[in-house]
Amino acid sequence: MKTFRIGGVHPAENKLSAGSHIREAALPKQAVFSMFQHIGAPAKPVVKKGDVVKVGTLLGEAGGFVSAPIYSSVSGKVSKVDVALDSSDTRRMAVYVDVEGDEWEESIDRSTDLVRLEDRPDLDAKTIVEKIKQAGIVGMGGATFPCHVKLCPPPGQKAECVIINAVECEPYLTADHSLMLEKADEILVGVTLIMKAVGVERGYIGIENNKPDAIRLMQEKAGKYHRGIEVVPLKVRYPQGGEKQLIDAVIGRQVPAPPAIPINVGAVVQNVGTAFAIYEAVMKNKPLISRVITVTGKSVQKPSNLLARLGTPLSQLIDECGGLPADTGKIIGGGPMMGKALISLDIPMTKGSSGLLVMTEKEARRAEPDPCIRCAKCVGACPMGLEPFLLAQLSSQHMWDEAEHEAIVSCIECGSCAFTCPSHRPLLDHIRLGKTTVMGIIRARAAKK
Amino acid sequence: MNVILIAVIVLGVVGLVSAVVLFLASKKFAVWEDPRIKQVSEVLPQANCGGCGYPGCSGFASACVKAAEGGDLSGLNCAPGGQAVMEKVADILGLAVSAAAPKVAVVRCQGTCDVRPHGVEFDGAHSCRIQNMTGMGETQCQYGCLGEGDCASACLFGAISVNPATRIAEVDESKCTGCGACAKACPRNVIELIPQGPKNRKVVVLCNNQDKGALATKECKVSCIGCGKCVKVCDKFEAITLGTNLAHIDPDKCKMCRKCEEVCPRGAIKAFNFPPRKPKAEAPAAVTAAPKPASAAAPKETVVPAAEKPMDNTKQNETAE
Amino acid sequence: MSNRLVVSLSPHVHSGDSVRKNMYGVCLALAPAMIASLYFFGLGAAVVMLSSIIACVFFEWSITKFILKRERSTVMDGSAILTGILLGFNMPSNLPIWIIVIGALVAIGVGKMTFGGLGQNPFNPALVGRVFLLISFPAQMTTWPVSGSVEYLDAQTGATPLSIMKWAIQSGDASALKDLPSSMDMFLGMHGGALGEVSALLLLLGCVFMIVRKIITWHIPVSILGTVAILSAILPVANPVYANPVAVLCGGGLMLGACFMATDYVTSPMAPKGQIIYGVAIGALTVIIRNWGSYPEGMSFAILIMNAFTPLINTYCKPRRFGEVAGKEAKK
Repeated sequence: MKTFRIGGVHPAENKLSAGSHIREAALPKQAVFSMFQHIGAPAKPVVKKGDVVKVGTLLGEAGGFVSAPIYSSVSGKVSKVDVALDSSDTRRMAVYVDVEGDEWEESIDRSTDLVRLEDRPDLDAKTIVEKIKQAGIVGMGGATFPCHVKLCPPPGQKAECVIINAVECEPYLTADHSLMLEKADEILVGVTLIMKAVGVERGYIGIENNKPDAIRLMQEKAGKYHRGIEVVPLKVRYPQGGEKQLIDAVIGRQVPAPPAIPINVGAVVQNVGTAFAIYEAVMKNKPLISRVITVTGKSVQKPSNLLARLGTPLSQLIDECGGLPADTGKIIGGGPMMGKALISLDIPMTKGSSGLLVMTEKEARRAEPDPCIRCAKCVGACPMGLEPFLLAQLSSQHMWDEAEHEAIVSCIECGSCAFTCPSHRPLLDHIRLGKTTVMGIIRARAAKK
Repeated sequence: MNVILIAVIVLGVVGLVSAVVLFLASKKFAVWEDPRIKQVSEVLPQANCGGCGYPGCSGFASACVKAAEGGDLSGLNCAPGGQAVMEKVADILGLAVSAAAPKVAVVRCQGTCDVRPHGVEFDGAHSCRIQNMTGMGETQCQYGCLGEGDCASACLFGAISVNPATRIAEVDESKCTGCGACAKACPRNVIELIPQGPKNRKVVVLCNNQDKGALATKECKVSCIGCGKCVKVCDKFEAITLGTNLAHIDPDKCKMCRKCEEVCPRGAIKAFNFPPRKPKAEAPAAVTAAPKPASAAAPKETVVPAAEKPMDNTKQNETAE
Repeated sequence: MSNRLVVSLSPHVHSGDSVRKNMYGVCLALAPAMIASLYFFGLGAAVVMLSSIIACVFFEWSITKFILKRERSTVMDGSAILTGILLGFNMPSNLPIWIIVIGALVAIGVGKMTFGGLGQNPFNPALVGRVFLLISFPAQMTTWPVSGSVEYLDAQTGATPLSIMKWAIQSGDASALKDLPSSMDMFLGMHGGALGEVSALLLLLGCVFMIVRKIITWHIPVSILGTVAILSAILPVANPVYANPVAVLCGGGLMLGACFMATDYVTSPMAPKGQIIYGVAIGALTVIIRNWGSYPEGMSFAILIMNAFTPLINTYCKPRRFGEVAGKEAKK
């Protein structure tokens, strides 16, 4: 069984909502659309108070090349354009829409008929990328990197294969798993679209072998859509869903240290949820307005996979799964390894919301840190081959130059080091601070030159 | 006898050879250093605080000597040493020093636990910068003091510390040298360096909240809501400007009249080191006019300049018009 | 919601591993050898072992409480107990209690707490204690009770395999090696020596347990034992006064040192490459000291010497970074 070559851990999987069907969440009363739903320049609001919008109406246009437009997922009236608390736990610009009815823009094809690539001979690579760009699709695994940017390789670089990330290595989360089981055909058409967009004949779908049903289904259907698609079962190991780790696991190539990117080794990686969104955008003209989110936690009554409109407040989603348990101690947007602790449930869903995890008071708190015993378990766990104990130490002593020399910017913030530390040291807290600071220093230096 | 002689000779020869080698080495590898660097370095406080922007005191000394060749020391200031040290440096280098007003740090946040509740609890490494990476931090205000004490650990003079009761950093002005290390350490830019002011007096907006009024009111009971009342009351001196929903007092223009402190509906403006105000029971409505008779009667001299200065200035303005 | 939410940066889950689990895991791995020592040395073993553990724990507790004045005591994390066991394992079963207490004071007080306690010490505390005793009380520390002599202070003493080997080398008489116990006896522990070092079999079992439980990795024990095995296989060919590899591997503190002392987290290198360099050097130094030094046993000195080199090894031996290989391939 294939897997990546350096480090890694195996957290308890806790896939509580595995096997539950995707339910459609109810429409919210008010939807809030943050203009910061992706990495890169924020979107610029193009509506004002009082404007009437439909499902699929443009609310914010892309703020640059590395950016994505934002569409309304509901119909109703814009009540204000103001700051709102979003999933970054800060207040940023957002559009508030009071929901009335459920009217869709006419351009969107709402039928469920499958459209294959062969049915649309008019589509060429350029049109596909343009449609993806227009639909505001971003990396749905949680990184929210604008999708079209990855599909436009820098000059001189040529993609050799497309790798679809269906690993879902985060504990608890099952959104991608359920999507694969229920929308396999659409996903596979999406994969063929990505392959056409970057002009390659090889496509790999990497799935961890804790999802045998998904592996089987995908293997059965893959051949029907493209002969170059191969399903690659992978050994369960975190962080296999990291872009670099996945490339290493699937095609055995390691992306060199930053500033190198996956295209340097000929790979384009897209999430399985992104593939589905691309299908809907290209074939059904539907912009990115909804996604599957896993609402889960040991104390949650009905852990579920919900298909929810973007902008729905998280409190509503949790209500649909049996309400917020009384002993809640922490709410996490995303998975437990890389997700973000939220300060409130009045935060709207965004394009990157792959999960909503509720932890009990007991689970929420970290243990008191002990002194480092230099056991080197973090060194063994680090998938990037770094020395987390050293990076954390350098960073807490503000020794930025040394930290840069020790390749702190290679850190992918997967959290394997802090997860495995027997002394419960907050290694990643310090490393993340060091990484941010060192990247700032590097940028400042580049700007000077 | 023979043994002693041999020992003496051997050691003597070893010593002689080493001496010659050392002599030659010191000649060959000698590096010339401007002797003034050492002189300047000697008068510096040797705290190596980095407040000047150079790596330690010796770095600052060489920068001074280099600048002296250009004949200009402006832009170079040793904050902990203050004017006295800079004058000595200028003496050594045979230059005049430009007067730089001594500065102190102020923490522009009064959001104690009572007025700005800590709605969530941060669990992680004790560092403001790390807590700031979570977004809002513990309170609802994304601009205020985080209270983990990055400034306190950056301060080499023990002048700033976090009060455990209020969880707000506090500056001990008597120890603060104005080096600015705390301001650099603060991830939220809460700490500002301002001139010490006459008799250490200063009027400062103690808030950093840039949210709109309605939101700022919700977040903290003593936040600046950007209402602009202080700007209006200061229209004569134009010392107060309104940034993004946040008032700021220009210390160079401030005449220390303290009208803004009175007029602020939120109590966000605070005057430091002024003597206590006279009871204004007589004429609460006409506060602006009150100081005049009161100060004339007051035995304390300190009140007079503070209160009369603005009056003098207004007279000047009037005559000018 | 009545209570306040907790926010922290990711990760939000933990493996559940802890310092305590690791330390007690090592203690558990040492348990079979400890029972064996009770079987071989009886009362003496019990007295030495207990007094060593109690003294180490007492010094750890009193120093953290009264001298360092720390609020969080590290006495229960198991590291002091482990030091106590290892120190006891390095002593003969007829050692008077007052010497043991001095050894414990040096091990914990000088070897560990002067540097700041757990995680800070450059040298293995138990070995610091042992070497201090070896130098201060050479007579008591080198008269070894023979296996099966179960009394405490007046146990019957005799030659150990190591002293026989040393005698053979010094006298240049290979026939002296005939007095060595059989290889099987050596492996099982039917020979004289310090408490914990007699049964190679049980120590190896403990080591395998630790590797399986992922408390340690294989690099250090394998590289030490491998180096010693290779060197001691070559030497008898060159000159028959050197003992056979089985006797060398099972005799003295080699097995204990390779599995439990050299693998001490705090004082060993972090990266796998560094651990192998460290292990090979310890193995080579041990063989050199045993065969050409003045002491019969060289393991403790070899480990302490390499402890001193650990920071240097850490500086120059970095783990293989992700993408490094690809970078090199690209250059080619």
